[in-house]
This record gives sequence, structure tokens and C-alpha cells, in this order.
Amino acid sequence: MIEIEHITKRYGETAVVDDVSMVIEPRTLTAIVGTSGSGKTTLLRMINRLVEPSSGAIRIDGVDNRSVPGPQLRRSIGYAIQGNGLFPHRTVAQNIGTVPVLLGWDTARIKARVDELLSLLQLDPAAFGPRYPHELSGGQQQRVGVARALAAGPNVLLMDEPFGALDPIIRTKAQEDLRAIQKRFGTTIILVTHDMEEAVHLGDRIAVMDAGKLVQYATPEEILANPASDFVETLIGASDRPFRLLSLGEVRDAVEPGGAEGAAIDVDATQRDALAELLWSGRGAMPVTSGDGKVIGRVTVEGLVKRAARPT
Amino acid sequence: MRAWIPTILRLLLLAVLVAFLANPYWFEPLFRPLTQNGAPAIYNQGSLLSLTLQHLKIVAIATAAAIVVAISLAILVTRPAGAEFLPLSRSLVNIGQTFPPVAVLALAVPAVGFGEKPTLIALFLYGLLPIFENTLTGLTTTPANVVEAARGAGMTGRQRLVGIELPLSVPVILAGIRLSVVISLATATIGSTVAAKTLGEVIIAGLLSNNLAFVLQGGLLVAALAVLIYDALSALERMAARRMGQVARND
Repeated sequence: MIEIEHITKRYGETAVVDDVSMVIEPRTLTAIVGTSGSGKTTLLRMINRLVEPSSGAIRIDGVDNRSVPGPQLRRSIGYAIQGNGLFPHRTVAQNIGTVPVLLGWDTARIKARVDELLSLLQLDPAAFGPRYPHELSGGQQQRVGVARALAAGPNVLLMDEPFGALDPIIRTKAQEDLRAIQKRFGTTIILVTHDMEEAVHLGDRIAVMDAGKLVQYATPEEILANPASDFVETLIGASDRPFRLLSLGEVRDAVEPGGAEGAAIDVDATQRDALAELLWSGRGAMPVTSGDGKVIGRVTVEGLVKRAARPT
Repeated sequence: MRAWIPTILRLLLLAVLVAFLANPYWFEPLFRPLTQNGAPAIYNQGSLLSLTLQHLKIVAIATAAAIVVAISLAILVTRPAGAEFLPLSRSLVNIGQTFPPVAVLALAVPAVGFGEKPTLIALFLYGLLPIFENTLTGLTTTPANVVEAARGAGMTGRQRLVGIELPLSVPVILAGIRLSVVISLATATIGSTVAAKTLGEVIIAGLLSNNLAFVLQGGLLVAALAVLIYDALSALERMAARRMGQVARND
């Protein structure tokens, strides 16, 4: 659990982060969203003390983060940034082993951990371990950056626009990987992004920042349904709201009894995908199949449209 | 195929240089037309080989000292604690460069006497600037997100310097050393005016006795050394750059 209490960061007269308080539950993914200059990155960097707060306190699992020296604190917290910041003169394996080496792990343990992480991120340890970062594609570099952040098995992972430099297709894949990793390790992830779509897609909770202030901190459903201010509403994009809401639900929750003609959709797909498919194929209903290909019912345009309405 | 031509030319130059130093008299017919009144065509007041080695030794010592001082100074002024000394050390190093080596020799001789010492002092001062400035550039232009990642991983200031900033600066620092060495190779010749054993002796002997062959021998030897060492250090630099993953910058 991360408790942020009345944290403020001033540069001269201006408060970049202004009296922000929030509690981040363990094993959740919290997305901090805001425009550039909203203070979201500064807030993130105060958690691992890359930036020292002007006032206020941050506690990680009940321990004040100022109770240990900065470098030691940062070795216990994963940190991944945009453009990944891999060390160009070190191999992929050496890059991933950075924190374990700092912590003084023995060679065999580091190697085992590096291989485990590379396999987890679908990179063959034998092929990729000895390569240098410039020999990898952007998506592979990003995965190595995440692996490096996770190397010492931190409870908390901070990510600053980790997918910002990726093209849309690779980004979707990277987001899926991140969710899988979060499920597997139970890491508490705090992710800074300017993309509300990404925040809604990934976040268990979303914190919206504007001009240094925390304007809303709630679940994606709540933020979509009841934006706290005009700013939040603008950030969501009023015309996208119903579709964002549908994207939060899976088809399994919208299944109705009955049958339908034509191509089927999987229960695990999002309701937004189902509606898009129905609209595009000009049908009123389509069959739904479970994982083993058996038809278990149907979804209808009517049913989905009802679900897209503002929750009350 | 054509990429090999420069390499072959360099090897050829090296072979000629070695042959000339091993037995200068093989080349006597080439220098003979440059002499007058039956003067010797090949320098005969000492061994060219030992002068060359002396010359290289003086340059090596002066450059080594300049490397140690310039890099230490650059590291010092790029640390938070030493940042306020940056302007001061910049001007000091700049003075070292703008002060003519001849003037340094003239000032140093009364203090330390004739011989190698004044030459070493002049070369050391003259060689500081390129190494200092390049180290400074290297240390201050490490990509921001790499430094950020290193901090975020929990590296201390010293660990970042030794593990990240210095290694990534190696190609730029090498470029500064290369510049400094080549300047020193040429400048060392004037050391012979204050009795340092360098290839300048050959040139000065030629000037005194109006023997063009001597002047040319001294000059060509220094030039050949400078070209070969320059190329060798450039190759080293490219290797380092490749090793640091900076291929695009150097190709």
C-alpha cells in the first residue's frame, strides 16, 4: 500500500504538485492521467525520491520513504521510463541485471532471474541476452526496459509513459503483457500516461491531475460516469464516453439467451468490439461462443446500447 | 575492395618509416639531391631511431599527465560539489592553450633548467584543453533518459560516473586525446631549442647548416608519426563507439 499525504513540490513560487493525497491499494494498477505540465511525472518521481517533496510524506507499506537513503530506496522500487533508457554499452542481460548487481546477488542467481524475465517477455534468453540494445527493435527494447525494472522482484513498479514511443499495434501488445505481469507477480503498478484510453484500459483506478492538483481519483467506471470537472470530461472526450464504458465490460456480461446468424464473437472480447462488429456487419444480433467454440447465447445491438448509457 | 586502399597506404607508410629508422642509409639516394657542397645527406650527429623514441617518450609522458589532470578536473567540475569551479578551470585550461609553447619554454628554462623538463611542461599545458573540453562534453551529454534510468535503478553518483557516464564518454574523450597527441607530436620539436632530445634536433641541425635534407628528414619523420598515431587512435575511437552502441554517430 502506498499512502501519499499532502505532498507538495514547489519550484520557486510555483507548486508543480499541490497538496496531493491519495492511497494506492496493493496489487492494483493505478493510472495517473493529465496533460503535460500537470505534475503527474513529478508526483511519480517523488514516490522513489528522484524528486524530493517540498512538504508532505509518502509511506510505502507503512514505512516513510525517507527512512532509507535514496539509492537504496530506488533499488527496491521498479522504474521504467519512456524511451526505456537502456544502457547502450551493456548487453540486454547486463541491463536487466542492473539492480540485482547493485544488490550484490551472486552470478548464478542473477542469470537465472534474467533468463526467467526474458522468457516471460517472450525473448529467447540465449538469443537476446548477449545482444546490445541498439540491435533490438523498439518493442523489444521496451520489453527489456520493463524486465530491468522488475529484475529484483520489486513490490512496486513505477512507469512513466512506458508505451509512449511505441506504435499502436506494439503498444496494445505491451499493455497486454503488462496486465499479465501484474497478475503473475501481484506488483503494485503506478503508471503515468497522457492517454485516457490507456488509463481506462489498464487502470484499476485512475488519478486525474490538472495544474498540480489531484482533481479526481476513482475507478474508470466512476470517472466515465461522473467526471468531477469539465477538465476530466474534456480529457475523456465526450463523444468517446459510451464506447470507453463498453470497452470496460466483457461480452460474457452482456450475453442474452437465444441464437443469431453469422460470425460469432468470443465471450472474452470487450463489449465495444462486439458493438463495433454488429454495427459494421449491419446485424442486430450475433452469436457468442465460449472458449471451446460452443455457442452460449447472443449479444444484441439493443442490449449493448443500453449498457453504453450513463450509469445511474 | 576500395575500402582497403587507405589501410594498405597506411601499412606502406609504416613499413617505410620502420625501414628508414632501421637503416637511414638505404634512403640516401633520395635525399642526396637536396644537399650542397658534399654535405651529408643523412643526419649523422646521432641515431635517428633513438631521437624518435625520445620524441615519442616526451609526448607520451606529457600526454599521460595531461590525460590524468584534464579528466580528473572535468570529473570534478561536473559533480554537484565542484560545479562552481567550472568557469575557473575552463579559464585555466584555456590559458594553457593560448600561451605559446615557445613562451612557456622561455619562462620554464630559468625555473627548471635546460633539457626535457621545460618541454614536458609546455606540452602538458598545451595538451590539457582538448582532453578537458572533450571529457566535459562527454560527461554532460550522456543521454538524459539513460542517466534517469541509472538514477531510478538506485545507482549512486559514483556508480553512475564509473558505470555509465565515463564509459559512454570514452569515444569523445579519445577524440580529445587524439587531438592533444597530434599537437604535442608537432610541438615537441621546438623542445630541442632548449636541449630536449627530440626530432627537432634534426630540423635545427639542418637549419643551422643550411642542409635541406636534414630539415626534411626531421619534418617527415614527425609527420609520418603524427599521421600513423592519428589513424590508430581514430580506429580505436571507432571501435569504442561501436562498443558503446553509437554506430550511427560515427558511420
